[in-house]
Amino acid sequence: MYPARFRYEAPTSLDAALGLLRTYGDEAKVLAGGQSLVPMMKLRFATPELLVDINGLPDLGYHEVHDGALEVGALCRHVDLEYSASLDLWPLVASAAPLIADPIVRNRGTLVGSVCHADPQGDWASVLLALDGSIVAASPTGRRVVPATEFVTGPFQNALLPGEIAVAARLPVPTGTPYGRYLKLERRVGDFATVGVAVALELAGSTVMSAGIALTGVGANNIKAIAAEQVLAGSALEPDVVEEAARLAAEAAQPRTDHRGSADYKRHVVRTFVTRALERTPVAV
Amino acid sequence: MEKRSVTVTVNGTVRTAEVEPRLLLAHLLRQGLGLTGTHIGCDTTNCGACTVLVDGTPVKSCTMLAVQTDGHEVRTVEGMAQASELHPVQEGFREEHGLQCGFCTPGMMMSAMALLQRNPDPSEEEVRWALSGNLCRCTGYQNIVKAVLWAAAKMKPAEV
Amino acid sequence: MTQLDEVRIGGLGASRKRVEDARFIRGRGNYVDDIVLPGMLHMEILRSPVAHARIKSIDTSKAWEIPGVRLVLTGEMAAQRNLAWMPTLSYDTQAVLATDKVRFQGQEVACVVADDPYIAKDGCEAIVVEYEPLPAIVNPRQALAADAPVIRDDKEGQTDNTCYSWEVGDKAATDRAFEQADVISRLSLHYPRSHPSPIENCGAVASFDPATEKLTVYMTTQAPHIIRAAVALVAELPEHMIRIVSPDIGGGFGNKVPVYPGYVCAILCSILLGTPVKWIEDKSGNLISTGFARDMYFDGELALRKDGRILGVRFHADTDQGAFFSDAQPSKFKIGLVHSAFACYDVPVGHITARGAYTNKAPGGVAYRCSFRVTEAMFFQERLVAAAAADLGMDPAEFRRINLVRDEQFPYRTPFGFLTDSGQYQRCLSLGLAAIGYEQFLRDKEEAAKNGRRLGIGISTMTEPLGAGNSREYDILGIKMFDSAELRVHPTGKAILRTGAKTQGQGHETTWAQIVAHELGIPAADVIVEEGDTDTAPFGMGTYASRSTPVAGAAVAMVARKIRAKARKLAAHLLEVSEEDVEWELGRFYVRSAPARGVSIQECAAAAYGNMPDGMEPGLENNAYYDPPNLTWPFACYLVTVEVDPETGVWDVLRTVAVDDCGVRINPMIVEGQIMGGLTEAYAMSNMQFITFDADGNCVGSNYMDYLLPTAWETPGFELHEVVTPCPHHPLGAKGVGECAAVGGPAAFVNAVLDALSDTGVRNIDMPLLPDRVWEAINTGQDVSGAPPVRS
Repeated sequence: MYPARFRYEAPTSLDAALGLLRTYGDEAKVLAGGQSLVPMMKLRFATPELLVDINGLPDLGYHEVHDGALEVGALCRHVDLEYSASLDLWPLVASAAPLIADPIVRNRGTLVGSVCHADPQGDWASVLLALDGSIVAASPTGRRVVPATEFVTGPFQNALLPGEIAVAARLPVPTGTPYGRYLKLERRVGDFATVGVAVALELAGSTVMSAGIALTGVGANNIKAIAAEQVLAGSALEPDVVEEAARLAAEAAQPRTDHRGSADYKRHVVRTFVTRALERTPVAV
Repeated sequence: MEKRSVTVTVNGTVRTAEVEPRLLLAHLLRQGLGLTGTHIGCDTTNCGACTVLVDGTPVKSCTMLAVQTDGHEVRTVEGMAQASELHPVQEGFREEHGLQCGFCTPGMMMSAMALLQRNPDPSEEEVRWALSGNLCRCTGYQNIVKAVLWAAAKMKPAEV
Repeated sequence: MTQLDEVRIGGLGASRKRVEDARFIRGRGNYVDDIVLPGMLHMEILRSPVAHARIKSIDTSKAWEIPGVRLVLTGEMAAQRNLAWMPTLSYDTQAVLATDKVRFQGQEVACVVADDPYIAKDGCEAIVVEYEPLPAIVNPRQALAADAPVIRDDKEGQTDNTCYSWEVGDKAATDRAFEQADVISRLSLHYPRSHPSPIENCGAVASFDPATEKLTVYMTTQAPHIIRAAVALVAELPEHMIRIVSPDIGGGFGNKVPVYPGYVCAILCSILLGTPVKWIEDKSGNLISTGFARDMYFDGELALRKDGRILGVRFHADTDQGAFFSDAQPSKFKIGLVHSAFACYDVPVGHITARGAYTNKAPGGVAYRCSFRVTEAMFFQERLVAAAAADLGMDPAEFRRINLVRDEQFPYRTPFGFLTDSGQYQRCLSLGLAAIGYEQFLRDKEEAAKNGRRLGIGISTMTEPLGAGNSREYDILGIKMFDSAELRVHPTGKAILRTGAKTQGQGHETTWAQIVAHELGIPAADVIVEEGDTDTAPFGMGTYASRSTPVAGAAVAMVARKIRAKARKLAAHLLEVSEEDVEWELGRFYVRSAPARGVSIQECAAAAYGNMPDGMEPGLENNAYYDPPNLTWPFACYLVTVEVDPETGVWDVLRTVAVDDCGVRINPMIVEGQIMGGLTEAYAMSNMQFITFDADGNCVGSNYMDYLLPTAWETPGFELHEVVTPCPHHPLGAKGVGECAAVGGPAAFVNAVLDALSDTGVRNIDMPLLPDRVWEAINTGQDVSGAPPVRS
């Protein structure tokens, strides 16, 4: 309930923030939404020496198209996406946003922060994987773009180098007609996903140009179901193709048996959710 | 340990305090400023009893550091009523028996107030969705929903 | 002559708006954590991370070095003052701070008092404890196995993990009934461990004043007088020098009845330091260490005639008591009132055996709106009834119609010795079936099945014993379970009422005044109600087990009648007639032969201070201690319809219908609020909420991420109906109701889900019916148990 002591800085520029991280390295943690970090600090699971509060950095609360992608700034809150009027081309994002945590947490928590936190039961990382998204990391020497597939490196571990701050997520503008759906099995609002499935398609007419499928809560990290994606590409979502994709997605899952259910159960839910997400595509047969 | 100065406007009044960075906003309000209407119910950011409005937005004050409110505005249950006149949400809770032990009520009302700001005419479903971050153990929520809808009706501008 | 409108003055039956709300909606409640005393320090508790271990060493030196730390208390230090152990409300002992061993994960090991709670927590983190782990026992079967390690090796003569044994009924007659049976229905199930988990956690501000040697403790308690007696016993302080004040309580549900080590530590620390000490636990501490609920294993059978009549019932219950037997329940009944099972059915014979086992878990069992284990009894009853109907191939509503006690059978003696005295069971059932559209739903269900959809309907009917209880049979720690009320009417006819009960959201400040309004015609708004301060409140046993309306409420009526009796004499004096010529109507005495001549109750009050007849003692006040002649027996019929998603196991509630007969309703609005709260807890337990343990005794469900309370989003809507069968012995005809829905509700939800699975042959899924359990049941056709250890 009571965090251990720490130092606190609230820089007002990105350069100042980066400077603090360079000085303090591993001892520093970045505070954005704080809806994952502060609870961990209250339980003393996280005890950083220095907290770098980036909420005062300007111009990071946006989400808008920039250079061929929807760019979600580091201070764009879940609630901004939940009520956004500009997500027509990213229906998976619109579908997932209301399912993150609970409405009050959504007022503070950020998509970028959530992905950086890399909780295996975190939802946004699956969205990024399904959409072939990326994270923009800033450092004193400039920016680099890290694909989602490389960004999460383990439970609660990400690919940011020492001294880097994630400043945005990027989700490519689809070339085809986009369809997307996030299905989450949670025992109640605010629960972590027992199983989460992100499905994103780009369609040309009734043909699938490309597919993205990613899974939450059924592995050491969010899993991109590549084989399932490949079987859908070029198809017209015929029933046997949908069935095969669902089967392959379940096969890609690596769930553990625990108090949320057996591994078999979780695989079955993956299969069911992939099927349902695909069957509800407007052009599904 | 170094303390930092925090200047925060609470219920319309500018307050200044010297706090440790680790002090949670909930404790600044309750212990530092004597505003005990905001309650603490859990230690994992789940229950929402501690909900206050920061710059008009519901926030769980147990999951925000006091230092983060420097230069911002906070509204608590003590700031809902204008002098002796209750806010319609408060009235609604009394009219519709939307509380029993009263412990979750301040946080619940904060979320309700913010909902009606954003959506003055919510459906029952929208009310339940908006309040799904606030736990109640006593009422079973049905009367809370009625209370919020009562307030919404009262807050509608009068028909011309 | 004015005829007062009883509803207008806030009497019986008025849905009076609550007096309490005025402060709560302004955030001006006065909960324990809101209390600040000059010089107050803060206490935090260090808890054991392991379930069962010897303590090899405790090093507190680093904690003492932290600036702002004032005291570090260990079991050894408490032992020097004979306070390392304390007696429980069940005649066992419980560790205050561990000395030799820790016996459950989360057990109190040490505590730190500091200038603020942050520093106190730093102090706890700085204490180094060396543990030598021992094997953990996480269920009664393990506990009672031949080779199980003895958990309570502190108790002389304790050679195994048996906590108690108990038996009731007629074994021989019951066995004969079973020999006659055409069909025997069997069912085994586990009612999982749950936790009342009010949103407000437990806490105390203990203030020992060295100058006056008086101890004042502000405390989250539902039973301040019991606590005062217990503290007198434990701290060896004289009872008159102890003041327990229970201010506003943020929900109790039985969690705030036991005496917890944190309270004792806070008191001891205050005595040692001579300053006030505040201890407020966090939610994790509350869930992992305070009085849990349920955790009972049933094996039972119904003997049935082929026409559906029940010939007899027998069952065995094992309870998981945790590491200490600390239940707050009437002392004669080791397993509470579980033998009230089947009280609503006409059952001629029965036999029950029960056994309690010590395990490496927090102590408890009796809590969470359970009416003293009646939640378990009624859940098993209705689950066994559902199984019996299925075994007979009989419609479950019809099975109940055949077996429910009929109106003309009252008073009815159950096979376990209870006397039920009133009810209209058949009428309630019919009303419920009509309200939910039973016949139509069965047709809809059949139609839906053709499209692969699984719909189900569940029924639960029960009567339960509320209002413990008569002094012949009921006591806690040797104190009988009466309750009390003290009423003082002021010269202007306003009044102050104090009772021995303690509201935690039930609205006593509103409803008790309504009783006074009913009896005396004084407007409820003119009556202030106070509870919870042992220096001012008459002695009472507190509020839990739905006993307040039946017992304290009766005391309020009785004291008001004593006042009215004296007022009658004053009226006769004022009207210059003899008492026999005086009649009463609400708020007024009048001359029978000249009704226009009368005096108000307010005029009588003034006369009590300014115009008494010769020889009459001045003043208008009295008290009443009420020893209830019997329990009260509300009846309820709950019906739930659900749809189950066979691919995910997720189930949604379609409708919930409740028919409650709790006799005369003092405040209908408040009664309905209690029912809805109880139904929500029933839904929670059936759907998502439980505490379990892994094989090492690690607690799963010790914080709000894992212990799931439903939100407004999941919680269904409720349709409430009422029947009123007055209680024949209660002064107002009222019965208890606060726990009925939590008692009867869960079986309705569970029966509904299992009904949706009726083609699979699955007979039981232990609560909570989590999606993965439901899915497993559908796919394997096997029953699903939820007993610990949980798989991991």
